[in-house]
Amino acid sequence: MSIWEYANPKKFMETSARLLPWVTGFAMVSLLGGLFWGFFLTPDDFRQGSTVKIIYLHVPAAIMGTSAWFMMLVTSLIWLIRRHHVSALAAKAAAPVGLTFTLIGLVTGAIWGQPMWGTWWAWDPRLTAFLILGLFYLGYIALWAAVDDPDTAADLTSVLCIVGSVFAFLSRYAILFWNQGLHQGASLSLDAEENVSDVYAWPLWTCIAGFLLLFVTLVLLRTRTEIRARRMAALLSRERMAG
Amino acid sequence: MIPDLGKYAGAVLGAYGASILLLVLLVAVSLWQAARIKRALAGVEARAKAGAATEATDA
Repeated sequence: MSIWEYANPKKFMETSARLLPWVTGFAMVSLLGGLFWGFFLTPDDFRQGSTVKIIYLHVPAAIMGTSAWFMMLVTSLIWLIRRHHVSALAAKAAAPVGLTFTLIGLVTGAIWGQPMWGTWWAWDPRLTAFLILGLFYLGYIALWAAVDDPDTAADLTSVLCIVGSVFAFLSRYAILFWNQGLHQGASLSLDAEENVSDVYAWPLWTCIAGFLLLFVTLVLLRTRTEIRARRMAALLSRERMAG
Repeated sequence: MIPDLGKYAGAVLGAYGASILLLVLLVAVSLWQAARIKRALAGVEARAKAGAATEATDA
C-alpha cells in the first residue's frame, strides 16, 4: 500500500471520515486538559508572575503557525511535482488554520511583552519574520480567492508558499543565528540547560499536542470541504454544459 | 476557582480570552462551511442523479 493512494479523493474521504472522530476527541482532551493544567494547576514564575500562564497559548500557537506553513510547503511541492489535487486542496485548507495560530502567537506575544519587556512590539528578527509570515498567509488566502481556474491558483499559491517558507524558517530559527533582538531562546529544547522547569514543561507539551491535533482535525475537516466543493463545481459545470 | 493572577490578571485573561475567541471562530466557520457545502453537494448530486434517470427513461 502506497501513501499516494490517499491522493485519490475517494480514498481520502473514506480514511478521513474514519480518522476525524478520533483525532477530534484526542485534540479536545489534550487541548482542554493542557490549558486547564497550565492555567489552574501551575504556580506563578518568580520573575514573570502569572504572565507565565500565557506560555501555554503563545508557544504552541507560534510553533503551529510556522509548522502549518511547512506542511503547506510539502503539500504544495507534491502538487507541483506530482499534480495530486488533494495535496493542493490540503494546503489551501491549512492556510486559515495557520493564519489563526499565527494571529494567536502575535496577540499573546504582544500581551505578554507589554508587562515583561515594557513594549507591545519590537522590530526583533524573530517577531518581524513572524509578522511577515502572517502577511504571507493573508496573501496566500487572497491569491486562492482571486484566481478562478483552480489549477492555476494551485500553481501560483504553491510558488508563493515556497517564497514564504523563508520567513517561516526565519521566524523558527532566527534566534539561533541572529543574536540580537528581544525575543528569548527556545522554551523547550533537547538541551536541558535551556528548558523551562518541568512544572511548566509538561502542561506545555500537552498544549502543544493539543494544538497539533486541533490543526490535524481542522485540516482534515477543511480538506473534505474543499474536495466536496470541487466535486460540486464539476457537477454544476457538467449541468451547464448539458443544459 | 480562578487562581489569583495578581497585577497581571488583565494581561493573562486578555490573552486567554482573545485566543479562545479566535479558536472558537475558526472552528465555527470551518464547521459552518463544511455543513453548507455538504448540503449543497447533496442537492446537486440528487439533481444529477434525477437527470441521469430521466435520460435513461427517455432513451
